[in-house]
Amino acid sequence: MNQHDVIVVGAGPAGMAAAATAAGAGLRVALLDEQPRAGGQIYRDVDRVADRRGAILGADFTEGRRLTAGIRRDGIDHVDGAVVWAIEDGFRVSFTRDGCAAQATAPKLILATGALERPMPVPGWTLPGVMMAGAGQILLKQSGMLARRAVIVGSGPLLYLIAAQMVRAGTPPLALVETQTRGDLVRAGRHLAGALRGAGYLAKGLKMLGEIVRARVPRHAGATDIAIVGDDRAKAVTFRSGGRSRSIDCDTVFLHHGVVPNTQAARSIGVAHRWDADQHCFVPIVDAWGATDVDGVFIAGDSAGIGGAEVAEIAGRIAALKAAADLGRLAQADRDRQAAPLRRQRDRQSAVRPFLDAAYPPYAAALSPADTTCICRCEEVTAGDIRTAAGLGCIGPNQAKAFGRAGMGPCQGRYCGLTVTAILAEANGRTPDETGYFRIRPPLKPVTLGELAAMDDGDRDAAE
Amino acid sequence: MKTASPFLELDTAAPQGTVWFDGAPLDLPLGANLAAALLAAGVAVFRHTPATGAPRGPFCMMGACFDCLVEIDGVARQACMLEVADGLRITRPRGGGGQR
Repeated sequence: MNQHDVIVVGAGPAGMAAAATAAGAGLRVALLDEQPRAGGQIYRDVDRVADRRGAILGADFTEGRRLTAGIRRDGIDHVDGAVVWAIEDGFRVSFTRDGCAAQATAPKLILATGALERPMPVPGWTLPGVMMAGAGQILLKQSGMLARRAVIVGSGPLLYLIAAQMVRAGTPPLALVETQTRGDLVRAGRHLAGALRGAGYLAKGLKMLGEIVRARVPRHAGATDIAIVGDDRAKAVTFRSGGRSRSIDCDTVFLHHGVVPNTQAARSIGVAHRWDADQHCFVPIVDAWGATDVDGVFIAGDSAGIGGAEVAEIAGRIAALKAAADLGRLAQADRDRQAAPLRRQRDRQSAVRPFLDAAYPPYAAALSPADTTCICRCEEVTAGDIRTAAGLGCIGPNQAKAFGRAGMGPCQGRYCGLTVTAILAEANGRTPDETGYFRIRPPLKPVTLGELAAMDDGDRDAAE
Repeated sequence: MKTASPFLELDTAAPQGTVWFDGAPLDLPLGANLAAALLAAGVAVFRHTPATGAPRGPFCMMGACFDCLVEIDGVARQACMLEVADGLRITRPRGGGGQR
């Protein structure tokens, strides 16, 4: 690929908006995205499926077409199916596409790698048939697939969204097993006044709840002792609610208790992170423009802290304005004039977040799982294994790898990292910041020797 | 050959191709997400883990968890990051049952 002015990693709302804004300022943009079509997870495959399933998925989904239209323009090389596996100084980004490795170079880098679902280690969560709720959403959006006999388990607005979409499609879930309590809602009440500034969001939530209630989907609140049972696949969800033990037979279980920033790429280049106690996760440290402590690197959207699609789009535009100004392609006054209304919009769209974070906290038993629960899905390490390591003097996640391989499988800690940090912090009486996180190194995704051998390094010669 | 599937499919009109899963033919919609198409065809177990041989299937559907790994032409690939192509030969990775 030719030299670009900015490389944007991820074509979700933040990445698409960043690319469009940067191109609008005259920058040459490489937009690298893993998926075959733009949209990210929130607008997954929106161009192909909006017409077919818009009624089920709702206007908040079909809205994504505005963003995909925005990146079809001069100045943007949208490289689809590009799996980024290394980022080096300069910046040189290595990726694999169609079985060949390739590279792109640019002086500015905007990471828009989105969110991952918070790992929800409960007994039986590794059984086939158990998925994250986001996976259920992806199946519906991209493939038009609905689970016939599903139980949705956990907490958060996404639970209601997928349940409402299933109701609209005529296959309501068998039940919602919700972990948040009335006490959580009361505690969230102090954020209600702030949340009302984003009243549209709350109104949408109430509308979805109405759809679920009218469809008579059973809701079990304050659930504890959640487990999934089955031999070679999920057969039932068991839990306690309302003082009783319950069991619901099902084929599919959708788990969800919030999303967390996908920090793999940022960590691999040494961006500083901090623990966010309200969102129970690590977030990269960024300024109001999305700039990090690594010169030339910006992070926009959920990968900089969970804010949702609208906030992500705005953050993408703000980061692109700063990148363009830093490159001398946009006057500082123009940058500030364009950023000011975006900042106001972002504040308004973010207003609901403290209420949501407090009303739908993570499921406590999945933050500190029982000793026998598997927490590292790849290497099948249990919570007890990590506690044993702590008892032997292990204070950090990187040391824990030597004790039991947690985080060393192909997912590279994406679905166990936060759990390992939480267990070690609790066992050692230290904070998550003191405990730290896995050191993330390239390759960020597996790359084969064949793919490396097929690397087109014409770009390397041109860049040097 | 489709076995009973826990999933209902809204789109059924797509042209089909034949893929081979552990030697058995499956007719799947061409261009569809491979992991989704296998689930819709009634495949629940995509692989067994190297550590204990435990069964696994798709979990995140976005390329992050690596639970939907299958073997294609001898290379472990994430089924959720691939599309159905006619004639794909897919093998279910076998567990090591304890050895790594």
